[in-house]
Amino acid sequence: MKSAPLAVKRSDKAVLQAEDLDMLIQNLRKRGHQVIGPTRREGAIVYEELASAQNLPAGWTDEQDGGTYRLKRRTDGALFGYAVGPHSWKEFVHPPAQRLYRARRNGKQVEFLPETPPAAKCAFLGVRACELNAIAIQDRVFLGGPVVDPGYQSRRQQLFLIAVNCTVAGGTCFCASMNTGPKAASGYDVALTEVMESGRHYFMTEAGTDRGAEVLSQLPLQRATSRQEQIAADMVSQTARRMARQMDTTGIEELFYRNYEHPRWDDVAKRCLTCANCTLVCPTCFCTTVEDTADLTGQHAERWRKWDSCFTLDFSYIAGGSVRSSSRARYRQWLTHKLATWMDQFGTSGCVGCGRCITWCPAAIDLTEEVRALREGGPARGAAPTGKETKP
Amino acid sequence: MAPTLEISEPKAAADPMLPVPCRIRRVRNETADTFTWELQPADGPARFAFQPGQFNMLYVFGVGEVPISISGDPADTQSFRHTTRAVGVVTRAMRQLRAGDVLGVRGPFGSAWPIEAAAGRDVVIVAGGIGLAPLRPALCRLLAQRRRYGRIVLLYGARTPQDILFPHELERWRGKFDLEVQVTVDRSADTWRGNVGVVTTLIPCAPFEPANAVALVCGPEVMMRYTVRELQRRGIAADRIHVSMERNMKCAIGFCGHCQYGPAFICKDGPIFPFDRVESIFGKAEV
Amino acid sequence: MTTTTLEPIIREQPFFSGFEDKYLKLIVSCAKNVRFDEGDLVFREGDPANQFYLIREGMVAVHVMASQKGLVTVQTVGQGDILGWSWLFPPYRWHFDARTVRPTRALAFDGKCLRTKCEQDHGLGYEFLKRFTRIVVERLEATRLQLLDVYGAHS
Repeated sequence: MKSAPLAVKRSDKAVLQAEDLDMLIQNLRKRGHQVIGPTRREGAIVYEELASAQNLPAGWTDEQDGGTYRLKRRTDGALFGYAVGPHSWKEFVHPPAQRLYRARRNGKQVEFLPETPPAAKCAFLGVRACELNAIAIQDRVFLGGPVVDPGYQSRRQQLFLIAVNCTVAGGTCFCASMNTGPKAASGYDVALTEVMESGRHYFMTEAGTDRGAEVLSQLPLQRATSRQEQIAADMVSQTARRMARQMDTTGIEELFYRNYEHPRWDDVAKRCLTCANCTLVCPTCFCTTVEDTADLTGQHAERWRKWDSCFTLDFSYIAGGSVRSSSRARYRQWLTHKLATWMDQFGTSGCVGCGRCITWCPAAIDLTEEVRALREGGPARGAAPTGKETKP
Repeated sequence: MAPTLEISEPKAAADPMLPVPCRIRRVRNETADTFTWELQPADGPARFAFQPGQFNMLYVFGVGEVPISISGDPADTQSFRHTTRAVGVVTRAMRQLRAGDVLGVRGPFGSAWPIEAAAGRDVVIVAGGIGLAPLRPALCRLLAQRRRYGRIVLLYGARTPQDILFPHELERWRGKFDLEVQVTVDRSADTWRGNVGVVTTLIPCAPFEPANAVALVCGPEVMMRYTVRELQRRGIAADRIHVSMERNMKCAIGFCGHCQYGPAFICKDGPIFPFDRVESIFGKAEV
Repeated sequence: MTTTTLEPIIREQPFFSGFEDKYLKLIVSCAKNVRFDEGDLVFREGDPANQFYLIREGMVAVHVMASQKGLVTVQTVGQGDILGWSWLFPPYRWHFDARTVRPTRALAFDGKCLRTKCEQDHGLGYEFLKRFTRIVVERLEATRLQLLDVYGAHS
């Protein structure tokens, strides 16, 4: 049965057959969007440009645990039957390397040539709820203050976001604890829930914006039945219950502020390799450094902004040495920022519970475990370390 | 708590990372490793407005960019000044530049000394080493409106007599009847006729009324730590002691993350903080 | 100048704030007013330490002769400061040189006289010990800061 286009408004629920998903991709491509979505490459599901729905990792899922990531065949042909991989969307909005300006010297004159904000429009297909939150968090960093990052702003404004609600809980996910998923609550143009039941394979669609509704209205949709709506909703709420990890966030800022000297930091320092993997895979980590280059004539110079990590020694270097020279201090800085001081700076947590830092840590350090350990024991605020009394 | 998405409307702001070409009008060597520049926009004199305590990002062509506090008089409308100590790659490259050379300037950035809020009070300025540079604009502003303040005391500590910054100006200030200037050095040969001892030793007997005083402190972190302790022992409340913090800084606008200091960004929330805001982490190792 | 006139002067020194009247009366007889011209030697390393000074005006530098560096000033003391604590601890000899940088007026206390009185009245002795220990602690802390060389290029 082929359906005709159906006019939908924001929040309307409608059904799109799985075989028609490609029409969404082609529609966006026709509108001038570069469509980026999940695809299988080198044993992982990564985000790349999609030419068609054929590029999606149909029938694949992942197994994730601390320091472990494996792709595995599913028994069905689900297109989004996996959790998040090593990539996050930040690389397309906040690129890993970006030229800030070129400088030109001519005698005693110096001229700075600005960069033009990029023109390319992107559509992200398959943005998970945690990732929508991560994008919103980076929005606060780059757009929320008195100074706006023009490159980020330009990329962000042209972005079309297609969310996919999670029907699979990854092995390291804990978005339910962070209140950031598994259902996309806001911030999307279109949200999809992939449903496979009684031999049928379709997407429950919902527009979050007018332009989302406009795009959906050009697709062959059917009105959703209440039963279909119920099935889709149940699948997402089941995911929340199957979440493998939890984090208790009650009073978490205060927990960190009173535990700068907790012995657990020494413990984690023994395991942490300060490899910076966690900061690179984290969808909210935004830190950058700058690099300057000059050509051999000395007349042209460029300044580049590149992703950086608070796990490097250079990160905190000031004349005389690095402020955070121990791995203990660097891990403490990262986690304290992510879960506590981020709230002071931006009004939200810096963690969305995606679990990437757990999966991609070569030492399998699990922040949910670290938080639990901080809550248990440790010296009370202001308590001095004491010696042990021994027999004479 | 899940954040909501909010894409801000385009603000037709200039690129915040793009420097303005500025020309060095004059270079003055202050000490063996410290020099002062007088700068002007390369395309002609223009008013450069800043608040005492703020800093600029100075870019040396092809080498790099560093945060340097502004050391000039805020009343100077023709040019602005930076006093820099050559200790790193960029600051050493800066030292090679001469009058007429052009560099890139972004700024001003950061918080200011509470000059307005200090009206009606005694003001105690405690500076150590190069820390006198960011306090110089504050002192200029205080002296420009001298009648609004009670006693003004400048306590300055340097390593040796040869390391004393702005010696002629200090001498001139010392001659003023309405300003108490005390300078001390950590070590000296016997030709030095001034104080020897760390700057904190000047605090117990300095002439100010602790209950009605505001303190402005800038210097190495360890010096500030002991200075704050002495000021508090004299009875100045933590919220009336202001310290200037330093951390690695790449962007000065809160994007690069390098200058995080506990819950603050030094570039946006600092560099100058009332002490009670940083008290809980001040002096903690490796924060 | 008679000793009776020194009592109010001693009383107003911050060093003696809170000092009990009965103790003050005990020590007044050990004190005298002294003045030095610029460049005068106040005491010399190795000499018997039989005084301490409370500076009323001026400045005194404490020197040490370091073989290669020559005469190094380790500290200066000024108005309200105490100069000298060697009188309180055996072997009662000066450990440094002290020389005035400017014309200086001070109260000089006879250390031998005070030591005798402190031995006779341990209340007075404890009072002196507390006040001098605090000064020693402050100078130790200041010396540690000096050792840190906080204004050095790499600190």
